[in-house]
Amino acid sequence: MTRPLLIRGGRVIDPSRGYDETADVLLAHGRIEAVGPGLDGPDDAQVFDAAGKVVCPGLVDVHVHLREPGDEHKETIASGSRAAVAGGFTTICSMPNTDPPIDDPAAVGFVRAAGLRAGHARIHPLGAVSVHLAGERLAPVGEMVEAGAVGITDDGRPVRDAGLMRLALEYGRSFGIPVASHCEVPELSRGGSMNEGVVSTRLGLTGIPGAAEDAMIARDLFLAELTGGRLHVQHVSTRRGIELIRDAKARGVAVTAEGTPHHFSLTDEAVEGYRTHAKVNPPLRSEADRLAVLAAVADGTLDCIATDHAPHHYDEKEQAFDDAPFGLIGLETCVGISMTYLFRDERVGLSDLIHRMSTGPALAFGLEAGTLVPGAPGDVTVLDPDARWTVDARAFLSRSRNTPFDGWELTGRAVATVVGGEVAFRLQDAPA
Amino acid sequence: MTPPPTFLGKDLIGLEHLAREQIQAILDTAEVFKEISERPIKKVPVLRGKTIVNLFFEPSTRTRISFEFAEKRLSADTVNVASTGSSVSKGETLVDTARNLEAMRIDMVVIRHSASGAARFLADRIPSNVINAGDGRHEHPTQGLLDLLTIRDHRGAIEGLRVCIVGDVLHSRVARSNIWGLLKLGAEVAVCGPATLMPAAVETLGVRFFRRIEEALEWADVLNVMRLQLERMHAGYVPSLREYNRFFGVSNERLEAAPRDILVLHPGPMNRGVEIDSDVADGPHSVILDQVTNGVAVRMAVLYLLAGGRPDTAEAAKGGP
Repeated sequence: MTRPLLIRGGRVIDPSRGYDETADVLLAHGRIEAVGPGLDGPDDAQVFDAAGKVVCPGLVDVHVHLREPGDEHKETIASGSRAAVAGGFTTICSMPNTDPPIDDPAAVGFVRAAGLRAGHARIHPLGAVSVHLAGERLAPVGEMVEAGAVGITDDGRPVRDAGLMRLALEYGRSFGIPVASHCEVPELSRGGSMNEGVVSTRLGLTGIPGAAEDAMIARDLFLAELTGGRLHVQHVSTRRGIELIRDAKARGVAVTAEGTPHHFSLTDEAVEGYRTHAKVNPPLRSEADRLAVLAAVADGTLDCIATDHAPHHYDEKEQAFDDAPFGLIGLETCVGISMTYLFRDERVGLSDLIHRMSTGPALAFGLEAGTLVPGAPGDVTVLDPDARWTVDARAFLSRSRNTPFDGWELTGRAVATVVGGEVAFRLQDAPA
Repeated sequence: MTPPPTFLGKDLIGLEHLAREQIQAILDTAEVFKEISERPIKKVPVLRGKTIVNLFFEPSTRTRISFEFAEKRLSADTVNVASTGSSVSKGETLVDTARNLEAMRIDMVVIRHSASGAARFLADRIPSNVINAGDGRHEHPTQGLLDLLTIRDHRGAIEGLRVCIVGDVLHSRVARSNIWGLLKLGAEVAVCGPATLMPAAVETLGVRFFRRIEEALEWADVLNVMRLQLERMHAGYVPSLREYNRFFGVSNERLEAAPRDILVLHPGPMNRGVEIDSDVADGPHSVILDQVTNGVAVRMAVLYLLAGGRPDTAEAAKGGP
């Protein structure tokens, strides 16, 4: 039996109930036991001194590619979930576009079991919308949910067939799960490898216009409205896309959405020099788009910060730009980028920032997470908002190194991650 | 070992990042080297002992032969590697190909590749000098330079000239190198063609955009006509070649109606009767074969300067005829 854990003297922020006090958090039996000032733990309690730190519900990342099964040279369920706790995440949602894809209950069970065996972050798989991610007919959604899937998506590719998307949103309602959508009109993005604009013109690369994303977001919002189904728009990168989501929310459409750290910290200028670590889909966009994503995370139009952690092997990114795959990793830089760009720049208070990284994503996917209410799972992240550190990709616990942030100076970092009442990660070399 | 920095830097990847003075110096050096090709014995020992690999991942006749002549006339030892029948077609990566070449201690690589950025990629990974002979839709700097030289030959100076690039700018590395080179030398630059064949935000490069060729002909002193590849029609960028010729083709009739005597360039290979009519290509406005002749001189100049030669000693380096 695990010893109780007393996290003492931190600034406890629980956005789920608007709590923000200097207090202690006591965890026992894998759950939150109590939150309040001057708590006395049992004699055998392990004490964690959190003075000067922020103690919050465990962070949740609803968009992670773990690559297993099929591409274990990029990442495994064990390495990815270990990278997650190192980045402050106690809960992650895995994407189904593996090889074979997660499109049946056995595959969902495999991911869940491998996650439990690894014993780092909690893993909640998303299942596929369509069999083999082929975009033709619905995967066994109910059975996958029964096996533990918390949503469905064909992420990595859009659901091209509007009729199928309608069915997914309608059918999903019986099981209370959202349909997560990678919004892209393939006929408009075909052959593209970066944002369409002056940089793509100068570099001679085929561009992907923002309209490719906007048009599909609009379609999916209309379908969500038609069906009453829950839509989750993944990695929104455009100003117009955000406006569409904001309008839909105002009309009462059941939609949630996520923004990524790379879309609010980088623009297509990062591709300059044909840097394949900046090749990602949706692509890094213009400065106006970047600022719109930042503002939308701050005001909650985008409910979640999600990483779209997409590991690729060194050799795969070490190619001509057109030949390299899309994607970059983000689990171990998300807190630093988010705190530096949102909190340090005073766009958002700590409580709202933590909401976007914990409570918001938990609500979007109906996860038992994102709160420190007594009785909730004992998942806690301890953040040092003042920690200055330099990103060193070589030190990542992920199997991959494909980050555009290597060498960046950031402020804010997770110093401890507690999953189910046990310390799953503790920063050893915390700078003074 | 990394070669010492030269007048042009280590590599020639594109004209976008060259200074006006560097471009002028290449053209001046090319002017000096032109004479070598007119000698009965077309060989000078400028690059004796240098090893050059012509690495062509895409088929090319004109550019490859032009480079090869330039290299041989400067006495370099050259090897041609084409994408068919080599390890390149057996799935070896670009980086492995580069490292293997490097292990054989070569001095320069001339690379042609279908991916934009491939030349930069190679240049960043090997110490040899890299010359871009065309990378995807990005740049084709020696073509840009030979176009500049040809225009300068015929019009005396480039400053103040109005040059319009006509046709498929979207897919054209030649167009991009022309735009940068011409702007740096003080020309006014325009592009003309259907918007389906123009890159996004093309005007932000500093060029005008004419949607109709009549407007371009009203404005221009020089037309540089881009090739319309047949696959563009199949991909739906233009409805038909006949329609393209009718609305965007350069014909004698159009040239005669223009207010100025227009110089016509084309980088080749031409689709006669599509983007350019035969009577234009073979007529008095055309300087297309001068471009080909100048290509060898420009490439000799680039090879010489990247090998450490100075523009002011080119005359001495090539020796007398």
